[in-house]
Amino acid sequence: MSPQKRVKNSQAQNSTSQGSNSRQTKLSAWKVKQDLSDSKSISKHGQNSPMEDYEHADDQAEDALQVAVGYFEKGPIKTSQNKDKTLEKHLKTVEDVAWKNGLAPEEIDILLNVALSGKFGNAVNTRLLKCMIPATLISEDSVVKAVSWLCVGKCSGSIKVLFYRWLVAMFDFIDHKEQINLLYGFFFASLQDDALCPYVCHFLYLLTKKENVKPFRVRKLLDLQAKMGMQPHLQALLSLYKFFAPALISVSLPVRKKIYFKNSENLWKMALLAVRQRNQGPSPEPLKLMLGPANVRPVKRKWNSHSVIPVLNSNSYTKQCGKKEISLSDCLSNTGSFPLEQLQSFPQLLQNIHCLELPSQMGSVLNNSLLLHYINCVRDESILLRLYYWLSQTLQEECMWYKVNNYDHGKEFANFLDTIIRAESFLQEGFYSCEAFLYKSIPLWDGLCCRSQFLQLVSWIPFSSFSEVKPLLLDHLAQLFFTSTIYFKCSVLHSLKELLQNWLLWLSMDIHRPMMNSPLETTLGGSMTSLSKLIDYVGWLSTIAMRLEGNSAFLLHFILDFYEKVCDIYINYDLPLVVLFPPGVFYPALLSLDTTILNQLCYIMHRYRKNLSAAKKNELQQKAKPQFSFSSKTYQEFNHYLIAMVGCLWTSKPFEKGIYIDPEILEKAGVAEYKSSLNLVHHPSLLSYAVSFLLQESPEERTLNMSSIRGKKWNWYLDYLFSEGLQGLKLFIRSNIHRSSVPPIREHIPQQY
Amino acid sequence: MDSYDAPQVTPRQSSSSRPENYFIGATPLQKRLESVRKQTPFVLTPPRRKIPQCSQLQEDVDPQRVAFLLHKQWTLYSLTPLYKFSYTHLKEYSRLLSAFIVAEKQKGLAVEVGEDFNIKVIFSTLLGMKGTQKDSEAFLVQILSKSQVPSENREGKVLWTGWFCCIFGDSLLETVSEDFTCLPLFLANGAESNTAIIGTWFQKTFDCYFSPLAINAFNLSWMAAMWTACKMDHYMAATEFLWSVPCSPQSLDISYAIHPEDAKALWDSVHKTPGEVTQEEVDLFMDCLYSHFHRHFKIHLSATRLVRVSTSVASAHTDGRIKILCHKYLIGVLAYLTELAIFQIE
Repeated sequence: MSPQKRVKNSQAQNSTSQGSNSRQTKLSAWKVKQDLSDSKSISKHGQNSPMEDYEHADDQAEDALQVAVGYFEKGPIKTSQNKDKTLEKHLKTVEDVAWKNGLAPEEIDILLNVALSGKFGNAVNTRLLKCMIPATLISEDSVVKAVSWLCVGKCSGSIKVLFYRWLVAMFDFIDHKEQINLLYGFFFASLQDDALCPYVCHFLYLLTKKENVKPFRVRKLLDLQAKMGMQPHLQALLSLYKFFAPALISVSLPVRKKIYFKNSENLWKMALLAVRQRNQGPSPEPLKLMLGPANVRPVKRKWNSHSVIPVLNSNSYTKQCGKKEISLSDCLSNTGSFPLEQLQSFPQLLQNIHCLELPSQMGSVLNNSLLLHYINCVRDESILLRLYYWLSQTLQEECMWYKVNNYDHGKEFANFLDTIIRAESFLQEGFYSCEAFLYKSIPLWDGLCCRSQFLQLVSWIPFSSFSEVKPLLLDHLAQLFFTSTIYFKCSVLHSLKELLQNWLLWLSMDIHRPMMNSPLETTLGGSMTSLSKLIDYVGWLSTIAMRLEGNSAFLLHFILDFYEKVCDIYINYDLPLVVLFPPGVFYPALLSLDTTILNQLCYIMHRYRKNLSAAKKNELQQKAKPQFSFSSKTYQEFNHYLIAMVGCLWTSKPFEKGIYIDPEILEKAGVAEYKSSLNLVHHPSLLSYAVSFLLQESPEERTLNMSSIRGKKWNWYLDYLFSEGLQGLKLFIRSNIHRSSVPPIREHIPQQY
Repeated sequence: MDSYDAPQVTPRQSSSSRPENYFIGATPLQKRLESVRKQTPFVLTPPRRKIPQCSQLQEDVDPQRVAFLLHKQWTLYSLTPLYKFSYTHLKEYSRLLSAFIVAEKQKGLAVEVGEDFNIKVIFSTLLGMKGTQKDSEAFLVQILSKSQVPSENREGKVLWTGWFCCIFGDSLLETVSEDFTCLPLFLANGAESNTAIIGTWFQKTFDCYFSPLAINAFNLSWMAAMWTACKMDHYMAATEFLWSVPCSPQSLDISYAIHPEDAKALWDSVHKTPGEVTQEEVDLFMDCLYSHFHRHFKIHLSATRLVRVSTSVASAHTDGRIKILCHKYLIGVLAYLTELAIFQIE
């Protein structure tokens, strides 16, 4: 650490407690979960999800298990008559749970203690030991405690043997081995016990590290071999010793490979398989049973890794590779590089950003928000390419695997997609690999599997030319859209809204920072074309969906949500674009039975007006570039909608322009007096408000005269509507209808009643 | 239902701002993405391909080494470009990989690099094994068991072999930067557990990704046609097809063997464009086989799944296993496999 930093730190320590506290919280806020870089905890994390499933069903079993564990912990109750029965019952419970789901580390801790302490008889202890199957992991402490019982002489030889066999079988599931390794001398001493010797050998074979190999131990082993003859287990241990310290062992050992150890884990074979499955996801075995046109080779899907996303590792290999040519300057710069494993906080990232060691597998950044920051600001093409390739291939393979397995292991794939989506929303940017993946998989997508994830991925497609995205993605999505339920339609519209928003953000950032080297060399005109085409496309989808779903208000909400984004593009994102909704959206919204729809429509019309006025103003001041002036068609369209709305809601002269309905037809339909039936009082979605308003005025009235709402009362009625939360309506009327003597603006016909 | 046609665009745009101008000065990643976008998912393959020819470059390959690659069953993988791989460090890689293998086999016990192990890893280049000069040099990785007794034959037994190559991989090369080495096709022979260990090492060291390369029935038909089209001095094996009928409890396999000269005669009758194979020709060739089989056995083979094709040139299984028999067309076979591998990683 540089002296300067040291000063800073000491200052921080010396400063008032308040100050250091604030520093602390700041740091902790940026603290990356250490777990993420730790493979074990990742696997732990992975296990949680399947466990949750069981939890509900096994609540009762869990309770029974708690009781049983409590029973064993207390020890045998001497006085009880039906002691055997209770014992048997509890033993059975433990066995059932253990073989089905495995036991939690705490339970193993207690029961292992019981089994080795000799509180119960030998038979019980044996059964208990046999079912010490971890749900996920075994804590090291439990093992150390258990070993301590071996010294007291409370347990029989057979239990000791069984215990060592168990240790060997479960070796991989013990979370740490440092403490256990400290007991190496104790285990080694147990070799003298003839019955234990083969099992202890096997255990030592697993446990031995280089520093455990000592001359006196070698001597002891050779003595044992001389005494007992060429035992395979001793030979195995000796060969391991020789491997670590060839100088210490001069005797020659047979080289041919053979199984040195009896397969002592066979007692727990099935259980081990289950634990491994819990720990690292599915094993590939069931595939063989598959019939049908499975084009996929049943190979082991993952090589050696516990999770889909690689573990964070510094680039140690490539560094080692260049070792020979390292010059002094390289050496210096090397020592200056900052190892990833130490990267814990944002300030650290900032301090070391120039000398950060990149991970050996770029995919590992997905789980690390600090590195995501880093790759976001480093415009290094090879970093992005590495991530691109890894992510593309992983997505492809995981997706295929998921389908081959008949969606049984959907959770894992969905979790993976969730991780990607989290990273994308963290970066506020989509990955190219996901885009490519969508193009490949959407044509084959059934619209069901991982629906929410797929649709979220759609909304993160990086900005690109609409005419390219449409045939690859939207046309396929449209097929599903038209043939699926209303809920699917709504989710698609929602994700397209998010897509539009992401594109808008991206473009507005890009346009206002011309210095930034944008990946797509776009022209503003081209971008606007793309945007407006996307909006038109959604308009087309919406129009058809409205017809298919019988003008459902629920669907209309999602459509109007989309247009709420659209209407504000000019002002909110400062992009020269105003696109209006199609008639197929406007009229159903205007005539909707749902007040919130009408209110939303009013709000959107109000915002359209604001945006168009702003555009006009800029145009008049000649701020805008000439090619981005809006065509008069947009204004005409808007005016047309505005007239229709004002005509319906305010002036009671609906559809005077554009639509002609034969009076005879109206008479036949019994609505000859239609003119006022769509105004603020009689509009089907507002009628109930009008009634409540009148009842408020004169609660005793039996017959309500709707047409009495006029003049001053009309204004009161308006205030009543506004007070009921119809803010959109309020804004619409305030901005479009001038009830004072202010002269009307050109684009619309405001009228006073 | 209304057909969708895009209405006129609101902003008046100048004629120069067209979507086509989106990608000017694109970086490798952009090029990559562009190529992905252009691939319409269902038209995967070009409608025509060259009939394998004997390559000029192949002449440079040591005939012994080529012989070593023939007549062996290889399992195929596609491989994304290797990051910071260097041909000058092959010795170093041998050392590191052998340490890694030993460490893996010792179940994670620490192993010192450079210690003496009973296995030996050899990296060596396969000079000349390429389609064009631009293709990356192919290389071979072998694991040998080291004999403990020094007097015995020093080389020891070959436990596992794998090789990496790129034949006419220009399309991939264009889309990556210099830091990467493109060897999209990986072939392995030996225990799958060894492949897994070695693959893991490569993935960790060069940030690449191995995926099993399966060959679907469509591509198998192409292979059948292209390999039948090859001129042979003498045929070594019958042309044989294997179809699988998925049914319970045991799947039913239909094997269909033809005398290679008959197959060639059939091909010559459907083949029109000299030197090239087209999609129509492939379809016609297979249809002829189907109808012949139907005439005799009343079974529609088109309703079953083609799982294996073997000819005198090579034999391929849908699982992604291949055996190359003919020295002359080695490059040609590998070129098609490279194409499939590149397609898979794009």
